[in-house]
Amino acid sequence: MRVAGKGLIDRTKPVRFTFDGKSYGGFQGDTVASALLANEVRLMARSFKYHRPRGVLTAGSEEPNALMTAGVGAQAEPNVRATTQEIYEGLKMRSQNAFPSLAFDLMAINDLAAPFLGAGFYYKTFMWPRRFWEALYEPVIRRAAGLGGLSGKSNPDPYEKAFAFCDLLVIGGGPTGLMAALTAARSGADVIIADEDTRLGGRLLAEVETVGHKAGHAWAAEVAAELDGMDNVRIMTRTTVTGAYDGGMYAALERVNHHRPRRDSITPLECFWRIHAKQTVLAAGAQERPIAFQNNDRPGIMTAGAVRAYLNRWGVAPGKHVTVFANNDDAHRTARDMAAAGVHVAAVIDSRHDTDVGNTPYRVFKGAQVCGSGGRKELESIQIRTTTGMEAIQTDCLAVSGGWNPAVHLTCHMNGRPTWRADIQAFVPSEGAVPGMIPAGACNGVFSTSGCLASGVEAATKALAALDRKVALVELPDADDVPYKMTPLWAVAGKGRAWLDFQNDVSVKDIKQAAQENFRSVEHMKRYTTQGMATDQGKSSNVASLAILADATGRGIPETGTTTFRPPYTPVSIAAMGAGAQGKGFAPQRFTTSHEQSVQMGAPMIEAGLWYRPSYFPRDSEKHWRQSCDREVGYVRGTVGVCDVSTLGKIDIQGQDAAALLDFVYTNMFSTLKVGRVRYGLMLREDGFVMDDGTCARLGDTHFVMTTTTAAAGAVMRHLEFVTQCLHPEWQVSFTSVTEQWAQFAVAGPKSRDLLNGLLKDRIGDERWPFMACGPVSVAGVAGRLFRISFSGEHAYEIAVPSRYGASLFAELVKRAEAMEGGAYGMEALNVLRIEKGHITHSEIHGRTTAFDIGMARMVSAKKDCVGKTMAARPGLVEEDRERLVGLRPVGDVKALNAGAHLFAHKADAVRQNDQGYVTSVAFSPSLQSMIGLGFLKGGLAREGEIIRAVDHLRGYDTELEVCSPVFVDPEGERVRG
Amino acid sequence: MRINCPICGDRDRREFYYQGAAVALDRPAPDAAETSWDDYVHLRDNPAGPTRELWHHEGGCSAWVVVARDTVSHEIFDVVLAVDAKTRGATA
Amino acid sequence: MRFSGLRVLREGLTGNKGWKPHWRDPEPKAEYDAIIIGGGGHGLSTAYYLAKEHGLTNIAVLEKGYLGGGNIGRNTTIVRANYFLPGNSEFYSHSLKLWETLEQDLNYNVMHSQRGLINLFHSDGQRDAFARRGNAMINQGDDAVLLDREGVRKYLPYLDFDNIRFPIYGGLLHPRGGTARHDAVAWGYARGADQRGVDLIQQCEVTGIDIENGKVRGVQTTRGPIRAKKVGIVVAGRSGQVAAMAGMRLPIESHILQAFVTEGLKPVIDHVVSFGMGHFYMSQSDKGGLVFGGDLDFYASYAQRGNIPMMEHVMEAGMTLMPMIGKAKVLRSWGGIMDMTPDGSPIIDKTETEGLFIDCGWCYGGFKAVPGSGFSFAHLMATGNHHEPAARFRLDRFRTGRGLMDEEGTGSQHNLH
Repeated sequence: MRVAGKGLIDRTKPVRFTFDGKSYGGFQGDTVASALLANEVRLMARSFKYHRPRGVLTAGSEEPNALMTAGVGAQAEPNVRATTQEIYEGLKMRSQNAFPSLAFDLMAINDLAAPFLGAGFYYKTFMWPRRFWEALYEPVIRRAAGLGGLSGKSNPDPYEKAFAFCDLLVIGGGPTGLMAALTAARSGADVIIADEDTRLGGRLLAEVETVGHKAGHAWAAEVAAELDGMDNVRIMTRTTVTGAYDGGMYAALERVNHHRPRRDSITPLECFWRIHAKQTVLAAGAQERPIAFQNNDRPGIMTAGAVRAYLNRWGVAPGKHVTVFANNDDAHRTARDMAAAGVHVAAVIDSRHDTDVGNTPYRVFKGAQVCGSGGRKELESIQIRTTTGMEAIQTDCLAVSGGWNPAVHLTCHMNGRPTWRADIQAFVPSEGAVPGMIPAGACNGVFSTSGCLASGVEAATKALAALDRKVALVELPDADDVPYKMTPLWAVAGKGRAWLDFQNDVSVKDIKQAAQENFRSVEHMKRYTTQGMATDQGKSSNVASLAILADATGRGIPETGTTTFRPPYTPVSIAAMGAGAQGKGFAPQRFTTSHEQSVQMGAPMIEAGLWYRPSYFPRDSEKHWRQSCDREVGYVRGTVGVCDVSTLGKIDIQGQDAAALLDFVYTNMFSTLKVGRVRYGLMLREDGFVMDDGTCARLGDTHFVMTTTTAAAGAVMRHLEFVTQCLHPEWQVSFTSVTEQWAQFAVAGPKSRDLLNGLLKDRIGDERWPFMACGPVSVAGVAGRLFRISFSGEHAYEIAVPSRYGASLFAELVKRAEAMEGGAYGMEALNVLRIEKGHITHSEIHGRTTAFDIGMARMVSAKKDCVGKTMAARPGLVEEDRERLVGLRPVGDVKALNAGAHLFAHKADAVRQNDQGYVTSVAFSPSLQSMIGLGFLKGGLAREGEIIRAVDHLRGYDTELEVCSPVFVDPEGERVRG
Repeated sequence: MRINCPICGDRDRREFYYQGAAVALDRPAPDAAETSWDDYVHLRDNPAGPTRELWHHEGGCSAWVVVARDTVSHEIFDVVLAVDAKTRGATA
Repeated sequence: MRFSGLRVLREGLTGNKGWKPHWRDPEPKAEYDAIIIGGGGHGLSTAYYLAKEHGLTNIAVLEKGYLGGGNIGRNTTIVRANYFLPGNSEFYSHSLKLWETLEQDLNYNVMHSQRGLINLFHSDGQRDAFARRGNAMINQGDDAVLLDREGVRKYLPYLDFDNIRFPIYGGLLHPRGGTARHDAVAWGYARGADQRGVDLIQQCEVTGIDIENGKVRGVQTTRGPIRAKKVGIVVAGRSGQVAAMAGMRLPIESHILQAFVTEGLKPVIDHVVSFGMGHFYMSQSDKGGLVFGGDLDFYASYAQRGNIPMMEHVMEAGMTLMPMIGKAKVLRSWGGIMDMTPDGSPIIDKTETEGLFIDCGWCYGGFKAVPGSGFSFAHLMATGNHHEPAARFRLDRFRTGRGLMDEEGTGSQHNLH
């Protein structure tokens, strides 16, 4: 019911929205909750476990009950709090967790079975028969559980992430936060003030008390306007600071576009902020807690502050006959405001005998308690126990207050434990819980407006001192200074179920039962009963449940302790925190200079780390990748093939100690390498296992170019930095990655020299350019580098030019190769070629193999130390029966061979106890017209010629293999030199 | 978490690569006892409290830095270049 | 008290007044036959199997906080036996078999749900590595199915098959893999041990280990000294500190691993899904929350909380893999302390001190190991001999290089596993 003349809504802007398909009207400035209450809709949701009818409990983000699904289709968002979702034209809200409808929910039958579904019942049953858990019990439980549902469709909305930096972050825009921000801003500090609400003002927006002799919201608006006009202030409304992290880092979620009807593909729905603040003032306010009594969860029962907020902020009376039940003075304002607004106040029930409220136009019961409620799907009456007896009162709205809990949550995010303060019967932040964070105002236990204003100034002053800034004078406005008086009352004694955690349906009885079953630790109680584990993390219920546990176990609340609040303060969407990653955005994409042409040639581009490389270059006549691959292998073995190898890491190393560095990081010797020559090098980790391999070319006395595998480029770079900074800072050597600077192409095959001789300024021959030679060349007037190296085992070169010439050189090389009946080859052919030659890749050097295992023990020079040498000599790493590299060739009826198959002795059972190794790489070799493979086998090449068994259970192959040399083609190495 | 790189200044933790305890600076001689190498590569003091460790400013200046940090509170006390720590021999 | 559906009914009808404590809170005795330091999952299961399998009931579990307060109460609840290296294979296989009868054994519903686990791969090379793994699982007698892209689509139609940065080539399905209710595992073992006479002593911190002439004599605690000839250290997350009381230095660095849970949602993810191109794994709890995690935060830590960069990375992995989860909201994040070893595999061994045993180094694989670890550690403590499935979890393997189990292939840097 709307109340004339009240509220901060814009009555000139009516808005229509739907709830469960029915259209309702509200005004701009309404939340779904306020608009529904204005339309006298109280039943908004069903609880999690017993599907009890629930209405709205609060007026803020701590709402445990009124969770709904907003929007439809892929845009549907489950578990939206009706108390924070602003209405806009066309907004569609749906109830959730109810079937077939909110009003008539079949699952409400659970409530009748409640005696059997108490705390932890599921740990004690559903165990027989064993298979029934997955087959029956669990599916039923899963379907009944959960709140809203995901659409199952890919997220269609834009989300964003951003960084922000400030001197002072003020969390919360109520009276405390506003004064803190104003003080710091006038003092010249860079200030961010963030508040989850749509506008600054905090509790002032919901109260009638004045500040500086004007309405509280008006004062807040003035301060906000001043802040807004300052260059050093950023006001972030609709922004919840969700987590406190190390080093002054805070996470925050800004709801950028949840309140507007039209969504475009650019404006983010939400933005996830990473804020670095040198100092922080926490002005997060406080949250009211209910009192537990029988059936205290009926729609129409709310916190007293929420009832006041609906009246004063949204102009809504949540009932026609309002009652108030409280253990403190503060809640009396609700009755006062309601009566002043012309709403009938049926009674105020104060549990304290000594309360002094003066003359009121409504009945006040002192020393009385509400002990039950009546009504069907919403509140119709309450039963009260007074000093003289029982009484029933007709009411459709009960405003309850058990006192206020400071919002200490963020102060617990770095493992800080809050401190119990007996005078306010609540936890307050512990000193220094989060470094650089100063709690102030209500979240620090200061509950009067006047106190909050002063506390804000004081906190800002402290922060400014830490920032070494002078404090500008800020006058404190007049405001109410009524002390907060309360007497603890957590639960009204009596039969029946009195609810604590509304969403998870945890009652006082559940807590007592947990204690009875010796779940006395507060963590045990929480986990056993699920108290505080719902979407509100127990904001309104944890303290009461602690008090009841303390009572049940005969301890005080401080001794009982408290559970830990974890980030986020309010739930944050995965899409916001993962913004930018959907689709291709998860990792950078790296493209070679030949990428475009490869795509034009129809090559499927496959991922190689962050890079993309062509898999093969199909011809129209080819139906299968193998045909293309075989043809491309044929180029290299028969004429000439061209392949972009730019993705290999390239590191330019210079300095007088460059050779010393290489001697130390490679197992073999590089100081003896002649200028103009290339050498293959093997690199170990310090634990003795192979890290990487590659070639290293000596371009000058003190100048080398190292290549790494594509995968290990970053790790090798880091390793070199480690060696030269952490182990040998005395070495005079510098290096830099030049992977991006040089485009490099393999030109491989018997006609590779012919091809190059048509292209290079100076002809190359065997005298100047023998195998493993390198040096500068001129390519069509461009200074390039040529390396006579071979991964394929053929006469081959790699030619490098500055990247800007890469695309044109690739085109030219391919054109010339094609003219010689060769052409481009891709990763598939490259892989076949290297397997035929027994060259290893990360399939073999997968981090668990040593130089000894891959048959390169002799490459570990005895003449010098190198990284990994000592540990590689551990006894377990040089035993003959280690799994060592071998070649494998099918010799039986089954010709197929798969990587990942395991090796066994001939005729041995394929079980773990008989396992002798595995296949790492396989290829169909066009040269041998057979499948071939590389693998690791116990004993290695000592078993050459032995017939063994490869079993691939997964794909159903059982293959007889002959153990052979891993070099299948040209074992003497004549071709590379030819 | 933020680390004050001696070269670049205060930067977000995500620019840095963590390696492990600063014991990595003190590589034993190749012929040192087996236990020395086991200590170097595998065994760790692993304190719950102040420790010294090696980080690499991989997304910045490429400096390796020795960070004095508390493993319980995550407070960072001091950051120096590994080169300086090594040169001073102050790795204990 | 035996739990059953009937008992739940009877108690329900009589006001649930008859429920008894899950376990006693005994005062520590002056001496026990054996002491287990650590009342987490592994310590409680060790005590349970010492009592059940070896008849050792005069034993105590000493816990400095509350039972099950460590990693068993802060993990992503995945239970699997999909390792491929000798040592790990047989151990996790044995552990999974124990899981499969655990509820009947403990008379406690730990909600072990064998809903199937799928590891996705995104390149030919990864397929080969997973094929090797799957074949090793079958060699061990466990189950594995290699799925191609279309096979994965049948199970997980909601993945992004069209636009993902690293395309889905297929997956390795482990049908017997799944999840369990983590806290219940601790409570079930605690209750089972207590029923067999084991003293579970909470709020009792061990402050020293008494050793004389190379033999363990007992421990010093905040509740006084307690004598015992056998002491087992089972304190993941604090292994180094407790081992140091016996003069030991461990091959362990402690790291933080974050995990996340969303608000409750109707069933949408029916399996455990693991992304191969960025550490990310997700399942949906019976309550409806999406439970997920990723990689370590990577820096040494004893704080049970993480930081923003890894949190974002995990969310990013989720968004590229299954963008339908975008509108699920993360409700809570937490961190567990992982004993990271130089090969990513655990330690169950004797120490140089006679009578002192250690079970540690579970990295982030400890939850599924709870039954197997307790069983094997109990065997070692009771008999002095290594239990066959855990016989390779030796302390000295790093020194000798024999029997390293580096499943990730990342080498001796502790945090890379």
